[in-house]
Amino acid sequence: MSIDIDTARRVAHLARIRVEEERLPHLAEQLSSVLDFMEQLNEVDVDGIEPMTSVTPMALPRRKDGVTDGGIQDKVLANAPDAREGFFAVPKVVE
Amino acid sequence: MTELTYTAPKPKVIPGATGDWEIVIGMEVHAQVKSEAKLFSGASTKFGAEPNSNVSLVDAAMPGMLPVINEYCVEQAVRTGLGLKAEINLYSRFDRKNYFYPDLPQGYQISQLYHPIVGEGEVLVDMEPGVARRVRIERIHLEQDAGKSVHDMDPTMSFVDLNRTGVALMEIVSRPDIRGPEEAAEYVRKLRQILRYLGTCDGNMQEGSMRADVNVSVCRPGDYERYQESQDFSHLGTRCEIKNMNSMRFIQAAIEYEARRQIAILEDGGSIDQETRLYDAAKNETRSMRSKEEAHDYRYFPDPDLLPLEIDQAWVDEIGAGLPELPDEKRARFVLDFGMTEYDASVLTAEVASADFFEKVAAGRDGKMAANWVINELFGRLNKEDIALSDSPVSAEQLGGIIDLIGQKVISGKIAKDLFEIVWTEGGDPAKIVEERGMKQVTDTGAIEAAVDEIIAGNPAQVEKAKGNPKLAGWFVGQVMKATGGKANPQAVQDIVRSKLGLE
Repeated sequence: MSIDIDTARRVAHLARIRVEEERLPHLAEQLSSVLDFMEQLNEVDVDGIEPMTSVTPMALPRRKDGVTDGGIQDKVLANAPDAREGFFAVPKVVE
Repeated sequence: MTELTYTAPKPKVIPGATGDWEIVIGMEVHAQVKSEAKLFSGASTKFGAEPNSNVSLVDAAMPGMLPVINEYCVEQAVRTGLGLKAEINLYSRFDRKNYFYPDLPQGYQISQLYHPIVGEGEVLVDMEPGVARRVRIERIHLEQDAGKSVHDMDPTMSFVDLNRTGVALMEIVSRPDIRGPEEAAEYVRKLRQILRYLGTCDGNMQEGSMRADVNVSVCRPGDYERYQESQDFSHLGTRCEIKNMNSMRFIQAAIEYEARRQIAILEDGGSIDQETRLYDAAKNETRSMRSKEEAHDYRYFPDPDLLPLEIDQAWVDEIGAGLPELPDEKRARFVLDFGMTEYDASVLTAEVASADFFEKVAAGRDGKMAANWVINELFGRLNKEDIALSDSPVSAEQLGGIIDLIGQKVISGKIAKDLFEIVWTEGGDPAKIVEERGMKQVTDTGAIEAAVDEIIAGNPAQVEKAKGNPKLAGWFVGQVMKATGGKANPQAVQDIVRSKLGLE
């Protein structure tokens, strides 16, 4: 198994997803099987083949430099659990 | 193109209890792209707006919002790359750098880890005339800025403003080629100057448009040369990164402190932990950010919302053709064309506006005299009174007018300074002022002779002394100048005094 329980716990923490201790073994197993499948794919020889970045032949769309958005403080803050004087208010973050 | 010759400065050496140490510095400078709108949204980049008013739903990372790249920001990054003589990558790509912080609503920063838009370039860092260091640039990538957190408005809450979220940044990464605190500050200054010339970043460090992360390590003399030869980092010491510096003075102080801290640990038999540190200006020390180890596990992966960024060589060439004359070239040209010193050329080319002003003054006039008047009289005065060149009470045309009057021998250098004072305080056309106020130099030998005769007649004792000691002729010249209110041509006075005293 490529992912052990400690790694699963760490990955969950990095993603800020709460996972109860008893669910970790199952999760580790599932993640491992995903990676095992990837290992299988790695056996395919892709030398000299460009990675596919899009299923349609299109280029990255670009925008002109102009202000077309903003000025919607009320909408931006609408879902905030707490907002004061135009700011999002969050529990104190100190370095 | 012309280039000035130079030699590399000596690395800073810090003597320790167990021998000498040297410093090795690499920098990551974050420069905000000068653009109207953000990198991936149409919200304004304007500084100082109402909190959360320059925020679109893309910046706020609302579900379903997709980033669309601002073409001008790409152009600015390419322009910056070309200005740093760097290779431009026609293919680049965006990656997600994942971490959690309240001022980063997406939970990731869109950046370019694997395929940056700009590759290797260089910056020539001037230490003094004839002494400069070529600092290699490793890469420049485009990325999003984060928002701002305010921690001091409430005892239990932090306040978050997303106005800066998503503004385009260029992260300019240098090789560890910088060898001392002064060089580090000069590097930032030079980079800032080039960006301002290019118009790609306003370089306002106080507003945070330019911030530097400084990587510092120490090594023994000879180690750095071994690294340079092999490009093998194992010859260098373990580095610490000092985050988010926005003042040249603090950059120097922080490096100085950090180098001494590392030397003290090493001389005590300890080892350096590679870590991120913050500089506390009030205490003049750096301290560990003590962030959790996981914070550095950014789990980069290609951003699935953005296709690769592919640009044409023709577009790059077009941007290249539009580059302005850059500081190094301008300075070299000033030295060659106007015969000024490298120092004067550096002063005049520090800002594009100063150089343009000077060139207006110097057009069709004596370059050295123009440089002297612009630097010593005008810049000196502006500095003293803390006035910006753009608000100068004396225009380039007026200053040129004063220099013309000296060149045509209408006024003497001394009167010119009085005239400058009048133009500075009252304004007006210098030639007219000279005419109206009778400031013209007296070249009429008859008038000068009369004045000389008068002084000679009034001071028989001095005349006798001068005959024995020709140096005393200077006293008579001084008296005549005083009597004519400084308007007599000094050379003419000199000649007449000497002939009347029979000193020839």
